[in-house]
Amino acid sequence: MAFLSIQHATKSFGQAAAVEDFNLEIERGELVSFLGPSGCGKTTTLRMVAGFEVPTSGRIELNGVNITNQAPNQRNVGMVFQAYALFPNMTVADNVGFGLKVGKKPKDEIQKRTAEMLGLIRMPQLGDRYPYQLSGGQQQRVALARALAIQPQVLLLDEPLSALDAKIRVELRSEIRRIQQTLGITTIYVTHDQEEALSISDRIVVMSAGRIEQVGTPFDIYNFPKTAFVASFVGTLNQLRCTVVDAGQGKLSFDGQTFTATAPIRAAAGASVIAALRPEELHFGQFDGENQLTGKVEAVTFLGGIVRIRMVLGQSQITLDALNERKLTLPKVGDMQLVSFPPHACWVMADS
Amino acid sequence: MTTQASSAPAPRERSRAARILTRRGFPLWSWLWFILGALYFILPLYATLDFSLRMERDTIGLKAYSAAFADPVFARTFGYSVLLAVVTILVSILLVVPTAYWIRLRLPEARRIVEFITLLPFVIPAIILVFGMIRIYSSPVNLPFTDIRLLAPLTTSRLGTNALIVAGYIVLGLPYMYRSVDTGMRTVDVRTLTEAAQSLGANWATIMVRVVLPNVRTALLSGALLTFAIVVGEVVLASYLGLPTFGPYLFLLGQHRAYEPAALTFTTFLLTWAAMGIIQLVTGGQGQVAGAH
Ligand SMILES: Nc1ncnc2c1ncn2[C@@H]1O[C@H](COP(=O)(O)OP(=O)(O)O)[C@@H](O)[C@H]1O
Ligand SMILES: [Mg+2]
Repeated sequence: MAFLSIQHATKSFGQAAAVEDFNLEIERGELVSFLGPSGCGKTTTLRMVAGFEVPTSGRIELNGVNITNQAPNQRNVGMVFQAYALFPNMTVADNVGFGLKVGKKPKDEIQKRTAEMLGLIRMPQLGDRYPYQLSGGQQQRVALARALAIQPQVLLLDEPLSALDAKIRVELRSEIRRIQQTLGITTIYVTHDQEEALSISDRIVVMSAGRIEQVGTPFDIYNFPKTAFVASFVGTLNQLRCTVVDAGQGKLSFDGQTFTATAPIRAAAGASVIAALRPEELHFGQFDGENQLTGKVEAVTFLGGIVRIRMVLGQSQITLDALNERKLTLPKVGDMQLVSFPPHACWVMADS
Repeated sequence: MTTQASSAPAPRERSRAARILTRRGFPLWSWLWFILGALYFILPLYATLDFSLRMERDTIGLKAYSAAFADPVFARTFGYSVLLAVVTILVSILLVVPTAYWIRLRLPEARRIVEFITLLPFVIPAIILVFGMIRIYSSPVNLPFTDIRLLAPLTTSRLGTNALIVAGYIVLGLPYMYRSVDTGMRTVDVRTLTEAAQSLGANWATIMVRVVLPNVRTALLSGALLTFAIVVGEVVLASYLGLPTFGPYLFLLGQHRAYEPAALTFTTFLLTWAAMGIIQLVTGGQGQVAGAH
C-alpha cells in the first residue's frame, strides 16, 4: 500500500468535471509533480489532498487512513501557495512558528524548531523581519519553512515559483529539491512549466482536461510519451505527416522523400500517420545508417547553449537543435541543408 | 506594490525645467488634482476656523469656544453621540467582518448583491429610513399573517429607541464599513491566508483572532472613522426619533447663534481625528500591516 493513495477521485463544479477518475499512488519520500496546462485540474486535485475541496466521488488515503472527508486542519499536510500567503502581521519567525503555536507546543521547542527551519532555508538571520521586508524568493522560502515546521506527512506546493523571476525560479527549485530530499518528505508539486517538472521530480503526472494522460519518470515522459498530448506538451516536438510505405520495416514517405522510423508501425501501407521527432535528435550532414531529409533553412535562433534552426520541408516545418560550440558555423537563412537522424529517434504516434 | 519607473533618458538638449514638467517625469496633473481636491476640503474648514475666532470684534480669540463649551447641554449631547457612535461601530464590526469574510471565502457570487445592499443608504434618504422605522416599530411586530408577537413597540421605550437609532446608524455607515473591510480583505488575500492557517492546524476562532482581524485593522479603522463622523454629525434620525444627540443640538444652536456653532463644528472635526489618532496609536504596535505584498 502506497503512503498516499488517490483512488478514483472526481471533482465536479456544477455540471463540469474539473477532475475525473484520478488514480495515483505515491510512495513515502517521493516527489511527484502534476504537470499540465492551466485549467486542467492540477490545483483542484491538490486541494482535495489538502482538504480544501471534498471529492464528488472517490477516496484519498494517507498512511493507511481514509482522509477523504477530514477537515484541512486535522490532516497535518503542509501547503505552499503561489502567492506565498505569509501572514503580513507576523514576523518571519512567528510565521514559521505559527503551526507549532497553534499546536500548543512548548515555547522553547517552538523557538528551537523555528531556528532549525530558518537554517534549513538559509535565512537564519532574518527571523525578525516582516514579510514585506523580504524579496519574493525569500518570502517563498519562509512559506516553505512554515509548511515544514509542523513536520507534515505530505508537502503540497501549488505553482510555488510562478510569481518569481526566471533566475530565482531555477535557484529556488533546486533548493526545494534539496530540502525535500534532506527531509525525505513526500511531496506533490504542481506546475505548468515542463522544464520545472522534468528537473525536480521523481515522477511526473501529466494531466489534460481533468484526466491523467501519463505517469512516469521525467526520462520516460520526455522520451516515451504515450499520447500525442504528452508528446507535444512536454518539450518541443516535430510532427511530420507521412504516408506509410512499409509498416513492418518502418518505412515512411514524407514530401517525396523516404525514411525509416521505429518499426513496426501499426498502420497499413498507404495510411497517413504522424511521425514524431525531437529537435535535438536531428543534425546537419550525412551519417551512416541514418535517415536523410533535405530542407531549406527558414530561421536561425541563437539561444546560448543551443541553436534552434527552423527548416521548411515541402509543406511542413521542422525544428532542429544544435549544441553550441565555438567552432560552429551557423547555417544561413535560405540555405538548402541535409539533415540526418537515426531511425530509433523517430516514432509514429497513434493518430487521434 | 512596485511600479516601474520610466527609464528612458530625456534628450540632453532639453532644459531641466522642461523635463520636470513632462507628464512622465513629474505627475503634473496628479498634483494639480490633488491640490484642487485638498483646497475643496481645506477652504471651508479654514473659513469655519477663521469665523469661529472672530466672536469679539477686531480681535482673534477663543471666546466662541469658551462660550460653547460652557453650555452643559453641549457636553451632554456630545457625550451621548460619542457613546452611540462607539456602540454603532462595535455592532457594525461584529456584523460586517464575518459577513465580508464569509462572502470572500465561500460566497463570491453574493458579493455584488451585498455590495448593492450596502449602497442603498446613498439612494434612499435618511428621512425615508427613519419614517419607515417609526412606522414599523412604533406598533408591535407580529409574525406575518399571524397574531404571534415578535417584538414589543420599540419607539415607546428609551432602550428601544436607542436600539433603533443604532440600527439606523449602522445602515448609514454600511457603505463605508463594508467597502473598507472588503477592500482590506482583498488586499491581504484573506482567503489564501485562511487556507494557509487551516493547513497549519488552526481552527476558526484562531484564524479570526490571529489572522483575519489583525490584517484588516487598518480597514476597520478607516470604516470606524467614517462611521464616527456620520454619527456625531447626524441630524435627521435623531430629530425624528426624538433623541438628544449632538447633531440636533448643533442645528438648533445654529439657528440662534453665529459663532458658537462654527467653534463646535471645528472642535468636532478635531476631536474626530484625535479619536482616530488615539485608536491608531493604541492598536498600533508595529504599524505596518496593510498593503504588504
Ligand atoms: N471553485 C470553483 N468553482 C468552479 N469551477 C472551478 C473552481 N475551481 C476550479 N474550477 C474549474 O475547474 C477547472 C480546473 O481548475 P484548476 O484545478 O484550478 O486548474 P489548474 O490548477 O490545472 O490550472 C477549471 O476549469 C476551473 O475553472
Ligand atoms: Mg492551478
